[in-house]
Order: sequence, then C-alpha cells, then structure tokens
Amino acid sequence: MFGENAKSVSESDVVFSSRIRLARNFKNYPFPFRMNEKQCREVIEKVKDTVFSTSYAAADSFRFYDISSMDPIERQAMVEKHLISPDLAAMQTLSGVIISKDENISIMINEEDHLRIQCLYRGMQLDRAWENCKRIDSMLEEKIDFAYDNSFGYLTCCPTNVGTGMRASVMLHLPALVMTGYIKGILDACSKLNVAVRGIYGEKSDASGNMFQISNQVTLGLTEEEIISSITNISSQIIQQERTLRSELYRQNSYRFEDRVFRSYGLISNARILSSEEAMKLLSDVRLGVDMGIIKDVDIDTLDEIMDITQPANLQKITGKALSAGERDIKRAEIIRDRLRHRPNT
Amino acid sequence: MLCQLCQKRVATVHFTQIINNNRVEMYLCEKCANEKGNMNFISPLSLGDFLSGFFSTDIGDSYIATPDVNTRCEVCGMSFNDFQSTGKIGCNNCYKIFGDRLKPIIKRLHGNVEHIGKAPSGFSDSMIKTTKEIEKLKEELNRAIQAEEYEKAALLRDKIKELESRSSGQ
Ligand SMILES: [Zn+2]
Ligand SMILES: [Zn+2]
Repeated sequence: MFGENAKSVSESDVVFSSRIRLARNFKNYPFPFRMNEKQCREVIEKVKDTVFSTSYAAADSFRFYDISSMDPIERQAMVEKHLISPDLAAMQTLSGVIISKDENISIMINEEDHLRIQCLYRGMQLDRAWENCKRIDSMLEEKIDFAYDNSFGYLTCCPTNVGTGMRASVMLHLPALVMTGYIKGILDACSKLNVAVRGIYGEKSDASGNMFQISNQVTLGLTEEEIISSITNISSQIIQQERTLRSELYRQNSYRFEDRVFRSYGLISNARILSSEEAMKLLSDVRLGVDMGIIKDVDIDTLDEIMDITQPANLQKITGKALSAGERDIKRAEIIRDRLRHRPNT
Repeated sequence: MLCQLCQKRVATVHFTQIINNNRVEMYLCEKCANEKGNMNFISPLSLGDFLSGFFSTDIGDSYIATPDVNTRCEVCGMSFNDFQSTGKIGCNNCYKIFGDRLKPIIKRLHGNVEHIGKAPSGFSDSMIKTTKEIEKLKEELNRAIQAEEYEKAALLRDKIKELESRSSGQ
C-alpha cells in the first residue's frame, strides 16, 4: 500500500502512518460550494495543466481520476485506502483527484477547498510528508494565484483552516492504552492541548481496531514546523506510554498475554465469517503480537494490506460485484485466510 | 479556541445554561466551567456543536462597528448572515469585505490572527523586510549598549525578539 516495508520505518510498532494536508484556494474563483459547473471544470483543468506540464509530474508519474464519473463503491474504495477524504467521495459537484503512482501524494480538487494537497507515509515521517507537500505547493504556486492575506495567511472556505491551511496527523495503534483504560486520560489531555483525536476512517468514525488519529486544531499563528513538532512531541509521549504498558502487561502475565494474541491469530486465520468490526479487533491483537515479537510468522505489511482490502468497498471491488453485508463477511474471512496462508515474506 | 470567560486558557467544555428562559451557550476552559457550577456539560467539544452554535453568537467580544447586514460579496454573493448559518466563507473577496467581523471569530478559533508560516513567493518580500529590520535593530542595540543606554537597549531587545519569533521557520 505505501510502497515501503514497515520494518524500515521509524516507530512503526506504534505509528501506523503520518500525513500532512494543505488547504489551498484559487484567488480568482469563488470557493467550491459557490462555483457553477463551468467554474468547477475550469479549476480542474487549470490544476491538471499545471501538474502535468511540470517536469516534476513526469518524474513521479501522476494520474488524474474524475471523481464525478466514479460510482459510490469506487469512491469509497479510495477513501478506505486513504487516497481521498470522505468529503471528496461525497461530492455531488464536479471534482477530481491527482494521485502519484506510489500513492503517497494526492491532490484533491474541488473538495471543501479548491485544493487539498495530501502526503501520506507509513510510520513516523511527518517531516518527509511536509517536504513533499511544500514541493507540490510551490510547483502549483508557479502557475496558480492562491487566495492569501498577509494577516490571515492562506484563505480557506472554513475559518478553522486559515493560516497555514495545514493539518498534520499521525495514526497510532494503541491497544495497551485501551486495554488498561489509560486511553481516556490521553484523550482528555489531547483536548486540552488543542489536539483532535479521531478514528481511522475519517472524521466521524469511531476508533476501531484501537487505531487513533491525532492532529492539530490550530492552523494560524504557528509555523508549519511548529505544528509538526508539537504533534511529534505529543505522539512520542503517547508512543512511550503505549510501549511501557505493553511490556508491563506482558511482564505481569505473559501466559495470558500470549493466549490472547494467539487466540486472535487462530480465530482470524480460520474463521469462515468475519464482520468488519471483528476483523479489525482481531487484526489489532495480531498486530500487537507481531510488534512484540510473539507472533513470528506474519509480517506487518501483510496485516496492513489485509486491513485495507477487507474494508467493505474494497472487498466489493476485488469481487467485482456488489455484496450484501452477509456475503461480505464470508468473502472477508476467505481473503484473510488466503493472505495469511500465502505470506510473501516467509 | 480560547475560553470565553478568562480568554486565557483553551476552551474544552461546551457550557449551556438557561437564563430567563433563554438558552445561553458558551465555550469555557475546565477551570471557569467548574467555577460557574450548576450546569450541563456537553463535552468534549466537537466541530458539529461548534459550527451550529458558535458563529451565531458574539459573547465576550465587543466589536462596536455594526456594518450593514445586507452587504453582499460582489464576487460570490454571500452575506455575513450566510456565513453565520453555514460556517463557510464564499471566496477570497469575502475575507476582505467581512474581514473586521471575521477577525474576532478567527481569533477565538486560533488564539491568534497573524500568519507566520509559508507564504506564496510574491509575498516573501515581507519576510526579507523583516530580516533587514532585525539587522538594523541589532546595530542600534549595539550602539545603545556601547552608549550605556540600557532602557533603550531593553526595548530594542524586546522588539528584536518579537520580530525573530514572527519570522522563524518562514
Ligand atoms: Zn477560562
Ligand atoms: Zn465572496
């Protein structure tokens, strides 16, 4: 999914992924919800012209997807792979996305803002994501006049995004903090620090599979580097606590710990029916087992792949037809059994 | 966003109170909320609550100017009322014509209204200007120290610190 394996990336035992997102708008067009069809089309064409006419595009080979012409399952499949936002998938008006071949960079067009530049990497790599966002931003800026004000900074459709227009986020896997209940204290502390916490698949979803996304709320009055370092600092404290609790739990009762992890591994490798919720829960246990070196014959990359392809829309895309919830649960179990049997790296 | 009572700490509590049959909503820090006592909490603060209630009130802020409510943006057709009901701004020009009224709202959201991050290349002039100004002030500071004008030196040092913190990171 992310084109590099988990072991080569820092903090990947707790940090699933890092993402930077920049909001930008054209100066000479109303923001998307105030545009007519002709204006929507012009904005899309101007972004395409800019991206595909630079030498940068040739090197990284981007591809344009017309969201408006895609059916709901295709759109949702892109959301599940974190390539586009749930808001872009829900757009009724003309919109699109330009995605790099390695799927690390997405440039969403006509979402809430004209442009949402997103860079996503696995593990703790906010700096790298920011470097790439900055590069794309500067490339676009050569041909596009952005809405910008000396005091408010980059102007956005919602005033919660003005200034840097930047959202820096990390996705953390926190099973030990959840098991012990300490997660509540973490969430409280985050809200006091102006840090938002969400679940893995977008703004409204619950934290399923013990995955939590933390991101900055304030976008104005700080430099991008300050925002990144505050999210990095908060994350590293959470990572430290998660690791301490993991080893403490294991030390206190290693049989019980191993039993839980191996039961989940046994279940997920053999089940014939798996709901999305149950799969996420079991995957979380198996991931914990792998990260702690208890389960040795599965790698994290396989688990990451399973997590994405067994989400509802991707399942239906793989099968090539619409499936009922019951059919999906059977198909999900089948795919997971298959992937865990044919492990590429063992 | 800052607490609407003390304007010092970050607001984490959505506070509702019924006063004379009127529902009053506020965003407070935990300390102020506890001191107010006797209340209903709807916490933690979510963006949904926030958009529905927040833009429509101006508790705690006193901007005296009450511009014409019928003013519409000539580019996108939005009025300030439209913004209050949707939480969305229509275009670049809206920020200019409604800027004075947006300022206190933006300040409440971010605790700040001065952008110090990345700017489009055409705007980086201001950054260069700041750097030059800092250099000039540093020379003045040296002269003030040599002349043993310590009060002046302290003022200059504060000014330099402020400019440096604004331009750091560019
Ligand atoms: Zn307060
Ligand atoms: Zn406007």
